[in-house]
Amino acid sequence: MDLIQNLSTGFGVAFTFQNLIYCFVGCLLGTLIGVLPGIGPVATIAMLLPATYALPPVAALIMLAGIYYGAQYGGSTTAILVNLPGESSSVVTVIDGYQMARKGRAGPALAAAGIGSFFAGCVGTVILAAFAPPLTEVAFKFGPAEYFSLMTLGLIGAVVLASGSLLKAIAMIVLGLLLGMVGTDVNSGVARYSFDIPELTDGIDFVVIAMGVFGYGEIIANLSKPDDEREVFAAKVTGLLPTSEDFKRMLPAMLRGTALGSALGILPGGGAMLSAFAAYTIEKKTKLKPGEVPFGQGNIRGVCAPESANNAGSQTSFIPLLTLGIPPNAVMALMVGAMTIHNIQPGPQVMTSNPELFWGLIASMWIGNLMLIILNLPLIGVWIKLLTVPYRWLFPSIVLFCAIGVYGTNNNVWDVWMVGIFGFIGYVFHKLGTEPAPLLLGFILGPMMEENLRRALLLSRGDWSVFVTRPISACLLAAAVVLLVIVLMPAVKNKREEAFVED
Amino acid sequence: MKIKSQKDFFSGLMFLAVGLAFAIGASNYTIGTGARMGPGYFPLILGVLMAILGAAICVGGLTKGPEGGDKIGKWAWRQVFFILAANFAFGILLVGVPAVGIPQFGLIIAIYALVFIASLGGHSFNFKETAILATVLAVGSYFAFVWALNLQFPVWPSFIAG
Repeated sequence: MDLIQNLSTGFGVAFTFQNLIYCFVGCLLGTLIGVLPGIGPVATIAMLLPATYALPPVAALIMLAGIYYGAQYGGSTTAILVNLPGESSSVVTVIDGYQMARKGRAGPALAAAGIGSFFAGCVGTVILAAFAPPLTEVAFKFGPAEYFSLMTLGLIGAVVLASGSLLKAIAMIVLGLLLGMVGTDVNSGVARYSFDIPELTDGIDFVVIAMGVFGYGEIIANLSKPDDEREVFAAKVTGLLPTSEDFKRMLPAMLRGTALGSALGILPGGGAMLSAFAAYTIEKKTKLKPGEVPFGQGNIRGVCAPESANNAGSQTSFIPLLTLGIPPNAVMALMVGAMTIHNIQPGPQVMTSNPELFWGLIASMWIGNLMLIILNLPLIGVWIKLLTVPYRWLFPSIVLFCAIGVYGTNNNVWDVWMVGIFGFIGYVFHKLGTEPAPLLLGFILGPMMEENLRRALLLSRGDWSVFVTRPISACLLAAAVVLLVIVLMPAVKNKREEAFVED
Repeated sequence: MKIKSQKDFFSGLMFLAVGLAFAIGASNYTIGTGARMGPGYFPLILGVLMAILGAAICVGGLTKGPEGGDKIGKWAWRQVFFILAANFAFGILLVGVPAVGIPQFGLIIAIYALVFIASLGGHSFNFKETAILATVLAVGSYFAFVWALNLQFPVWPSFIAG
């Protein structure tokens, strides 16, 4: 069977000493930073990206993937122990996880999150391995018109499923697309919006935007809030293992969460956060068994389901990236950047041209998930210690790593000026209540969209109807329109706002 | 007319202005036709689209929601200043600015400057603690980035290392 053979290739790559080490380092760093509240996975990956430049491409991507799911995992630890979501995807874990910790059941809560994540990670990896090849086949049938429509669908999907105002999110995408236009136009050689600054003719580095907006912007926003007292349930973590009663309740929640997360992760804009929200909502709808703690007061299902879902979602969100070359969320947009730095053009050809990289990455995800559970349950004490590190030590360190990171990207001090400017812009976004993630997505997709639009219109001799006369393209655009219409329907609109406000 | 949602109103204004700026900029480049897109074609479409979206958001901010909802609130200028100043000081000290006669001070001094300036933006400032933090970070960064990862940084001031 192909799948088995492919996976064995993958494991052959992933099980080399070097790659195991990088996978381990990635998981460890990811968890370490994920545990610290206030630094999301986007900032984490952007910050650690320069550390992977010197590595071979496979090792670099394995490490970055490790950082991503490590950060996801670390976020849940913070959520349970400190009542602060380390990542946006653990927002719902806070509700029941923290209540469990307050009742002295932090151990089982952490274990439930860990076991759920591991199980979901395994399933997600298998789905990724099984669905990637057929999807790649489909992708090869895509022409420029289909790609353009697919990206449109992806971008619309990303805003529909994101929180906050729809119009603002779309405007942010357009802003991202426009920022992506800065630099030399590949076709005409014209330097656009570069104001005769030589550095700008190369375009704006995505690391600069990511670190400025997500790193500096967030720090300034955090610092402007009053100093909050963090309460850590450090001493109370005893007895990690859930009881057999807990296991009985966890299992169906875990399965539901995994199924939901795997499906939503593939969708553009879906990924980890939405999966977690949806999984929690579904658990809340199910009937409570007699003797079960109600939701919101420390129900183990309320921890297990969203954690399974967000981990499954974070695995399957690699599918659009690896098969179509289209990032479904901001983290994957960073992965595109990382691949480009290593001279790999993401897209369907990766699987055939770089099978080691493709299958090695997939296999390493499973290994990474295994490492996380082996690592993290015993190391929980260390993470708890980390939680007590005060923010006044953290933020200068983050500023430093961002500054070193951007300088190290091109060894050019120009990027340090730019990251400062984008830091301010990021704070302005925060004050104006605009979500920055769609901006990054648009920024990465901008040049690709223009190129595909150009080719599509060149082939059709300037006829825009090509996007609706080609069947696949028409379907994709129709899906985008349907998504928009659904979200704008009053009933759904209210529900959507409710879903992101409540909880 | 009272603004209902300040956040929406001003973000709309921002999108409108930036969209127009990009669109006007695009008109300086060859626009071309659909079949032969010039460098200005796609940016012009996007700029106009963003300006329209911005205007719509702006109007929404004026009309939708309760009176005085969604205020922007106070700006944290002090924090903005210190964080950005720390960043710029790092860049200036790391490689120097020959144009105005600032020599290259290198990574270690730049780290101390960054940590001290950034810490001033925090809630409380403690000299001794900051000095320890800066030292730890300087030593750690030296080993992690220069020694282990072999990234190319000017480490010491040019007038010492030569």
